[in-house]
Amino acid sequence: MEALKEKAFVSTRNACKLCTPLGASIAYKGIAGCVPLIHGSQGCATYIRRYLISHYKEPVDIASTNFSEESAIFGGQSNLFAALNNITKQYKPEIIGIATTCLSETIGDDMQAIIQHYQAQNTLPDSPQLTYVSTPSFKGTHANGYHDTVLALVKRFAAFTETNNAINLLPGFLSTADLRHLKEIMRDCGLPSIMLPDYSDTLDNEYNGSYEKVPEGGTSIEELVAAGSSRASIELGHILNHATSKESAGTYLEKNFSIPRFNLPIPIGIKASDEFFTILQRLSGAAMPQKYLKQRGRLVDAYVDGHKYVFGKKAIVYGEEDFVLSMVGFLEEIGLETVLCASGGGSGLLKKMISEKVNPRQDIMVRDDFDFEDIAVACRDLKPDLMIGNSKGYYIARELGIPLIRVGFPIHDRLGGQRIRHVGYEGTHELFEKIANALIEHMQEHSPVGYKYM
Amino acid sequence: MDILKERGNQVVTKGLDEHELACDKASLAGSVSQRACVFCGSRVVLYPIADALHLIHGPIGCAAYTWDIRGSLSSGPQIHRLSFSTDLQEKQVVFGGEKTLKSALIELIDQYQPKAAFVYSTCIVGLIGDDVEAVCRNVSKEKGIDIIPVQAPGFAGSKKDGYKVACDALMKLIGTMGTNETIPESINIIGDFNLAGELYLLVDYYKKMGVKIVATITGDGRVDDIRQAHKAALNIVQCSGSMSNLARQMEAKYHIPFLRVSYFGIEDMSEALYEVARYFNSKSMMDKAIALVRQEVGDLIPKLAFYKNALTGKKAAIYVGGAFKAISLIKALRMIGVQTVVVGSQTGNKDDYKIMQDISDEGTILVDDTNPLELTQFVKAKKADILIGGVKERPIAYKLGIGFCDHNHERKLALAGYEGMLNFAREVYATAMSPVFQFTKTDH
Repeated sequence: MEALKEKAFVSTRNACKLCTPLGASIAYKGIAGCVPLIHGSQGCATYIRRYLISHYKEPVDIASTNFSEESAIFGGQSNLFAALNNITKQYKPEIIGIATTCLSETIGDDMQAIIQHYQAQNTLPDSPQLTYVSTPSFKGTHANGYHDTVLALVKRFAAFTETNNAINLLPGFLSTADLRHLKEIMRDCGLPSIMLPDYSDTLDNEYNGSYEKVPEGGTSIEELVAAGSSRASIELGHILNHATSKESAGTYLEKNFSIPRFNLPIPIGIKASDEFFTILQRLSGAAMPQKYLKQRGRLVDAYVDGHKYVFGKKAIVYGEEDFVLSMVGFLEEIGLETVLCASGGGSGLLKKMISEKVNPRQDIMVRDDFDFEDIAVACRDLKPDLMIGNSKGYYIARELGIPLIRVGFPIHDRLGGQRIRHVGYEGTHELFEKIANALIEHMQEHSPVGYKYM
Repeated sequence: MDILKERGNQVVTKGLDEHELACDKASLAGSVSQRACVFCGSRVVLYPIADALHLIHGPIGCAAYTWDIRGSLSSGPQIHRLSFSTDLQEKQVVFGGEKTLKSALIELIDQYQPKAAFVYSTCIVGLIGDDVEAVCRNVSKEKGIDIIPVQAPGFAGSKKDGYKVACDALMKLIGTMGTNETIPESINIIGDFNLAGELYLLVDYYKKMGVKIVATITGDGRVDDIRQAHKAALNIVQCSGSMSNLARQMEAKYHIPFLRVSYFGIEDMSEALYEVARYFNSKSMMDKAIALVRQEVGDLIPKLAFYKNALTGKKAAIYVGGAFKAISLIKALRMIGVQTVVVGSQTGNKDDYKIMQDISDEGTILVDDTNPLELTQFVKAKKADILIGGVKERPIAYKLGIGFCDHNHERKLALAGYEGMLNFAREVYATAMSPVFQFTKTDH
């Protein structure tokens, strides 16, 4: 298949990625008592808020240092100071998570020095903790911003006190429902865990009649510190922040605190979930809880019930690299033929990882650094039966008249996009039926007969 | 109330406070302003020009977040709904992005055959020393279309300054096609962005009156129409916050007078038609306008009666981009029995706020460039039943358990014109009367 060798244009047309500070903001939202602060122009924070609000349907307060021309020339220090003061006054946060931007990085603001300077002047006992991550948007994608922030948080806080019994769970960029499900699994397996980050509540809050300044939930600072004393880390995703750093939170903890790291794919599909549970059993020393054996059994049952609807259908999968990697693994095990794996990410590892970790039955066209218009062009030759990815591919699916299975991030055109579950046996079960039903519906709607049984 | 000291004078309670509402200020760092930046201001104004290429020169974020962001419809080409970026990487930040920009422009012009191109320079372009003007000039010569640099680094002022940048860009197009002859009884419709097809309604009204439309700027906009906009006899300006500047520039350069109008609500919509007839001093036009208004309003009033009856006594908070729209909304809400208790905008000016204060009821809170924490307090203090705003305001309303009506870029429902007034009433009704809110009543 020679549809499109690589990115055909110098420009990016309908990007299949977002900028790094967006990823940083999401990770910071997963820290208890944290207000994210983007060090750059006002628009960065506002655009990112708008983008996230449309997905999470939740308040997403992100402050800005609101650069002026003066700050672009003389540096952003005084604006950063003003922002920190005003956030402290208004939000009374426990921690302010600063993310830099293309602007502040280009003018060369020395964040460490500026923050130290600020802290030297502000020694009040109730001053929030400060942390920062370097997220110039000309380096990497939102996935890098996310993982780099997790790494920065671990570097800033993790410390060895005395070995505790907890497991660090570094889930990667998943949905709020995924995070909740992973926590449930850890609990059920009797494994105390520190999940980093945890925005399962802060970005998917229940109604309580108030606009919370800083929504409850998230990984606490104590947990961040304790992460340096855990007995193991599970880090989901193989590509992580590779495009921007050789180090991930898991490898950092391993190297500096000798915490064994179990690196697994995001558990989508039976094989990946089995792998995940195998490690959990090893860590807990106990058998898989009955509940999950049943879930697995039901999933196998569902696979069998639905296998004919999905077998041999051609799918295009796109999104963050690690997400695509796991999704392809799942599609392989149900007999769906992936004809294109695309990502806006640019680690250069996607192809290699797919062949190593998934080992697909046939050669899959894998493209990183791809955009939606590249995907649209490739589709003309590939003639897929369905697309699997975030809502931004809708226009292509619409043009092709094929179903789009909305998964991942962002989902801007449906309710509940923030709490789609992808992981574990149950998440996979929901995904499988969503895919099979979409294909059945497509068949039914295009049938002249109008069958009542499928 | 808990308001940052520096922002104190940007909030006024009518009848209670003596000070004038301060505005036209930079947003306070750390305040979580609902505003965006200079780039955003320029982008929203130029975005609807459907047969132009809009290339964003900079790292990916700015292009990604503005991809198909406005519901600005086009009756023809759809190039504006694509998102193009030079997607600058570290390499270009170090060695410059001019080559990338040039290649990007050439390939995109070849592929999409636009009538003109706008190149938006975002935050770092100036800092890395790219001579965008020169690249645009060179490619323009090579490709034979106008390529207009839009210098829009986010930090160079506020969103409002971005409007001005966009108006300057438009001025570079206007007057570059056709003769200098003025077309009698003709107008440019400026400052309607054809959200949900609203412009089609307006064009229809004006055409029924016998008014000729030269260019629509920028809703359903076309490059060649804009080039000839200098031939119009009159400019009709809505969204005056963003577009008055263009009208003033056109007045100075082409001696085209302008009228400020609004198309929201029966009163303002009708006045927008009458004013044009009055300006052209045409009896036939006025007769047609009167007939049209009589017909439309005659159809509308009985339909609105139901909503007014149901909604009377409800209270609304308004927070939108432009103040002129907010003023119309106060009037439109009154027409359906809803009292405005909080009203504010991101970019209003002194004159707008003066009018706003004049037409507001005693006790109404007026606010410039507010933020979620302030707005939450205002809405609660004044016990508003609904909030009217955009996507960023929506979770504020919903978390407080009150209704919400989208009056921003993303709306899918025409809210301008007479048809729009009915849609607006239905929207307000649908949110204010929904039974789901029986479950949200807590003691907040």
